[in-house]
Amino acid sequence: MDVATAAVEKITALFTDTVIGTQESCGQKFVEVQRDRIVDLLTFLKNDAELSFECLMDLTAIDGLNQGAPERFCVVYHLYSFRNNGFLRIKAYVPEGDPWIDSVSGVWKSAAWAEREVYDLFGIQFPGHPDLKRLLLPEYLTGHPLRKDYPLRGLGERDNFPRYVGGA
Amino acid sequence: MVDMPVSPSMEIEHELDGDLGARRMIVNFGPQHPATHGTLRNVIAVDGERVVKIEPEIGYLHSGFEKLAEYRTYNQIVTITDRMNYLSPLCNNVGFALACEELMGIKVTPRCAAIRVILAELSRIADHILSVGLQAMDLGAFSVMLWSFIERENLYDIFEAVTGARLTTSYTRIGGLLRDVPPDFEVMVRAFMTKCARTIDEMDEVLSDNPIFVKRTKGVGAISAAEAIEYGLTGPLLRACGVAHDVRKLRPYLGYEQYEFEMAVEPNGDVFSRYRVRMKEMRESLKIVDQGLKKMPAGPINVDDPRVVVPLKNAHNFPSGGMEGLIYHFKTYMYGHGICPPKGEVYSSTEAPNGELGFYLVSDGTQRPFRFRVRPPSLYNYQAFPRMSEGALLSDLVATLSSLNIIAGELDR
Repeated sequence: MDVATAAVEKITALFTDTVIGTQESCGQKFVEVQRDRIVDLLTFLKNDAELSFECLMDLTAIDGLNQGAPERFCVVYHLYSFRNNGFLRIKAYVPEGDPWIDSVSGVWKSAAWAEREVYDLFGIQFPGHPDLKRLLLPEYLTGHPLRKDYPLRGLGERDNFPRYVGGA
Repeated sequence: MVDMPVSPSMEIEHELDGDLGARRMIVNFGPQHPATHGTLRNVIAVDGERVVKIEPEIGYLHSGFEKLAEYRTYNQIVTITDRMNYLSPLCNNVGFALACEELMGIKVTPRCAAIRVILAELSRIADHILSVGLQAMDLGAFSVMLWSFIERENLYDIFEAVTGARLTTSYTRIGGLLRDVPPDFEVMVRAFMTKCARTIDEMDEVLSDNPIFVKRTKGVGAISAAEAIEYGLTGPLLRACGVAHDVRKLRPYLGYEQYEFEMAVEPNGDVFSRYRVRMKEMRESLKIVDQGLKKMPAGPINVDDPRVVVPLKNAHNFPSGGMEGLIYHFKTYMYGHGICPPKGEVYSSTEAPNGELGFYLVSDGTQRPFRFRVRPPSLYNYQAFPRMSEGALLSDLVATLSSLNIIAGELDR
């Protein structure tokens, strides 16, 4: 049995109130969860001796605007277990009106910048993050470009950019 | 003008420090410093020559690739992947094509797989040889850098002959390749391999026992295996910590399991170990290229799947495989048709020169990806840089930074 199946069995038994469902795509299992106990859930997956997902390979988000998803945003965690050489994907839903999810930067150090990037590009807050600020874009920017309602050509950033107008 | 604020934690402290009366000061390392090899900025608090705190600032090369890709068709995105790791664009091309093929359940032809492996390994050599050369240059060995540039130039000649471009190769297509390799491909690559093997030996001779190089790299910028995993390090950096982790071995793709090569693992986790890992990997890559050339099977380079590949044009089948071919042609190229993977999502990773390059694709069944996420190895590798360097000397910073081989295009995307 691969590690993803074992993990899915364990967490659906232990976190009954958190797990929404399990799906599979291209042979890769992923678990959809609510955001409330995400730190507990991921800490369990990291520390469980059998599963031991020691590495957070990637953390990102999806803006599922008008896609029929339970909530608009979802934060996606790709966990990797060196011992079992297997991945597990966790998708935690975050509502549009109040976009926050607890930071996991205390669980894995690799999460710190990834969460800053998600905050930067999606505008999702991470309570508990030691230093939550924009990672890629400048501080003075408003708006979060990877949101689906953000146009590709920007929201007036080019027009507002200070220009050299001549003179001494 | 827009000012660049230094974050509050890094405010300049003009306070006397202990009995020595040394002053803490803030040094801006980059974005125009030559040792940053691009556009990185580090705000460094130093106490005398000792580094107290580092705050990396990134984003100078942010190009919005993930947003752009949501407005491109799958084959157009290949051109975006070129510009991410611009030292080894072919590895990115291959990684992205594999992710799409996994999403659509396509298996490429043996000839295509062999060509992809050969070119990916050649670009791994191009990346590593430049990385080692620049590392040597940062530590004062200028000639090594020039040798490495000669080899990279030779490689770029091969890439140009194969793909038509030196840097922006865009060689892979979903389900195949842009075109077959030229007839003299093997001759060119063999000639390069002979020269390159000699250059690697020379570099090894000049650097490995060089007391200056060894003193400046051994024990510098070290990180333990447990911490490396915690930070999500992959690739040569992780293998230099003694963790045997290589996607080519653990989750073989493109038939890597048929090639004989060793994983380069070094125990110490310092700059010297990373150098050793890269040197060994280049030699192993040469072995893989040699095996690939020997076994490169004849046959088609594109899969026979009308969902992704247009049937061959030929004179008997005007314009492209008869009426049916014309329909497929239309369906592949017309707006709104194109390559439409089924609804679903996939995370697919390959071993790029800097580490695990992952593509997370979410398809909504249309011709464009709904979400295109790259897991760039450089982002996670660079995040550990303050941990490796805090407490070290300012001059060691340069050695550590060049051993990470941060590519800003991939870091900022």
